[in-house]
Amino acid sequence: MSRKLLVLFLVLLLAVMALAACGGAKETAAPTEAAAVTSAPTATEATAAQPTEKPAMQEGEGMLATVKARGKIICGVNQAVPGFGFLQSDGSFAGFDIDFCKALAAAVFGDATKVEYRPLNAKQRFTALQAGEIDVLIRNTTWTLTRDTELGANFAPTTFYDGQGITVRKDSGIKTLQDLQGASICVSSGTTTELNLADQMAANGIEYTPVVFETADETTGAYLDGRCDAYTTDKSGLVARMSMFPHPEEHMIMDVTLSKEPLGPVVRQGDDQWFDIVKWMVFATFQAEESGVTSQNVDDMKNADDPNVRKLLGTEGDMGAKLGLDNDWAYNIIKQVGNYAEIYNRNLGPDTVFNLARGMNSSYVDGGLLYSPPFR
Amino acid sequence: MTFKKSDHGAVPFWRDERYLQIIAQVVVVAALLVLGYWLVHNLLTGLEALGTPLSFKFLGLTSQFDIGESMIEYSRNSTYTQALLVGLLNTIKVSFLGIVFATIFGIIVGIARLSKNWLVNKLATIYVETLRNIPLLVFLIFLSTSVFHKLPRVKDALSAWGWAFLTNRGIYIVWPQPSGGWDVYKWFLLGSFIIGFIVAAIKFREGRRTGRMPLYWLWGFVVFALLAAVSWFIAQFMAGQPMYLDFPSLQGRNFKGGKSLTPEFMAIFTGLVIYTSAFIAEVVRAGIQSVSKGQREAATAVGLSGFQTMRLVIFPQAMRVIIPPMTSQYLNLTKNSSLAIAVGYPDLFAVGSTIINQAGRAVEIILVTMGVYLTFSLLTALFMNWYNKHTQLVER
Repeated sequence: MSRKLLVLFLVLLLAVMALAACGGAKETAAPTEAAAVTSAPTATEATAAQPTEKPAMQEGEGMLATVKARGKIICGVNQAVPGFGFLQSDGSFAGFDIDFCKALAAAVFGDATKVEYRPLNAKQRFTALQAGEIDVLIRNTTWTLTRDTELGANFAPTTFYDGQGITVRKDSGIKTLQDLQGASICVSSGTTTELNLADQMAANGIEYTPVVFETADETTGAYLDGRCDAYTTDKSGLVARMSMFPHPEEHMIMDVTLSKEPLGPVVRQGDDQWFDIVKWMVFATFQAEESGVTSQNVDDMKNADDPNVRKLLGTEGDMGAKLGLDNDWAYNIIKQVGNYAEIYNRNLGPDTVFNLARGMNSSYVDGGLLYSPPFR
Repeated sequence: MTFKKSDHGAVPFWRDERYLQIIAQVVVVAALLVLGYWLVHNLLTGLEALGTPLSFKFLGLTSQFDIGESMIEYSRNSTYTQALLVGLLNTIKVSFLGIVFATIFGIIVGIARLSKNWLVNKLATIYVETLRNIPLLVFLIFLSTSVFHKLPRVKDALSAWGWAFLTNRGIYIVWPQPSGGWDVYKWFLLGSFIIGFIVAAIKFREGRRTGRMPLYWLWGFVVFALLAAVSWFIAQFMAGQPMYLDFPSLQGRNFKGGKSLTPEFMAIFTGLVIYTSAFIAEVVRAGIQSVSKGQREAATAVGLSGFQTMRLVIFPQAMRVIIPPMTSQYLNLTKNSSLAIAVGYPDLFAVGSTIINQAGRAVEIILVTMGVYLTFSLLTALFMNWYNKHTQLVER
């Protein structure tokens, strides 16, 4: 009996030692990690010439290399907002945001079709981005301070300046925000619109009942069934969703704007090169419109006299190489997808059912907010 | 003895099956610990690398969003913790009411399935076989989009003589509200209840003594009701009318007053009740059938009526078979209540997933949510196990 106990004791001792060894390994590993983390910032401070040192990167290689090795870009998109991101009946995606996914693929691979679309709802999107499920999120996502910092996201330039609006039935007689006293309002969960609504109603002392649903389809469905007096989301989204209503003429967008909603592509924090590529992909579409480069004339423009255009299209200088791309990266974007005006008009312009006025979304030369830093 | 000892000593411990078994167990436990440690370590370093280390501090921040229905005071200025509490209370509300009603319906349908009446029997069979074979999520979406959202609009509300209204924004029922005399009346009410309870207890003892059990609970109830009615007028005389009936009425865009049940709550509640009661019916049927035929025959032989046989002989014995599977049905109902997110009812999980998006704290919120459901389920199980032991002891 005592022998049995002795053996049991020995076995347990072995196990404890094994565990302790694991723990020891952790303890030895931890200081080196800590050392690496502490040394990295000092190194960056000391040698400011190498700002690309990133202690946060784990893989050792950047997003660009990962994406190139994979052979396609995984783009988080919307599938339920016509005009922006919509899954068509033939199974393909189309829309304003989708075109920016294509532009990114054109920049990286020279082929706008090398995109895998990952449809996400409002609540899944940041988790998917944080977890590395997608390379870039282009899904009418509003740029806010919290998202930029706490959610670990980096926002590329705004591609669409929007504002939150409210749709009501025409026969409801609702004209102003005050008319919504005691109303039920349908809203999608996990959106900035949910927060803006709460803010604006609290600021104006209006009591209301939020009815919160997971997806845009459920939200509009409930509104159409009469569950709510009003339906709120970004104005562009309202226009897009209303185009799908059975009787769009019975509804109207109220003449109030609840918020600023700058929408644009989002990448994960921690890879500055990838962030730069996404940023300049957007700027290239702005710059092309400003310089009058379109998908039609891009081949001729390549040999234009304007040095700005020559730099943009890679005839002069090595702008692409600075981003880690081919020099004809912007040429590919414009040739295959188009400049900003072309992308806008194709999806939202006068020839579409939405017929959204450019408004703030015009180039700064036309009095809008789209302004690209110089390509030099 | 010495011979045995030497024989045993000849086998080294690493070839002794008894020790090998212990070693195997220790190795498995150690491996699991290492795996668990590795997973947690991975998660923590991963979050660290993302710049969002595991922390629950954000729970004290302002939530900034509104919640449609809440049992406690809540606004956009409340904290995330309060938002989670609102969700938790909504979960408890729908689970508790769901369990009560699913049990009642389940027992009725379960007994009906054993009925000798052809129609009752077949109806119960159809109920069970249809409802337990439809996925709950599909059923909930059906209830939400095709039943409760398709009720009449507010303007054309279906009215039951002004006492209740049925609309696709909710069901509104007339409800008593305390007024002036309530502060006095509530003490009268408490007193009436205590006296009614004492009367019932006395009658119960009398029944025990004489062997002829009176309807002691009815006695208690009648005494309570009489006293409550009389004291109503006394309270009214002393301090004004204790309560008034709050009739729902259309004010502005929605009904106000009375008791309201939102379509979201109705969808998840009726869905859970109907779905779970189909399973409970089968549990009840199995329990009743497990009681041997002789018991029923003996009960009939001593002259008990059909209802008495069920209540006094069959059901108490069926309970010991019913309770363990019933516990898991209750747990299922509680856990299934998280599907409320699909119909827009702000339960714990729905509120939690809104916070995930607004605060970006997926891991923390999921941990909290899982912890709460686990605690909730374990408490239910604990209670049901206690109750199970209790019935087992009574049974000899």
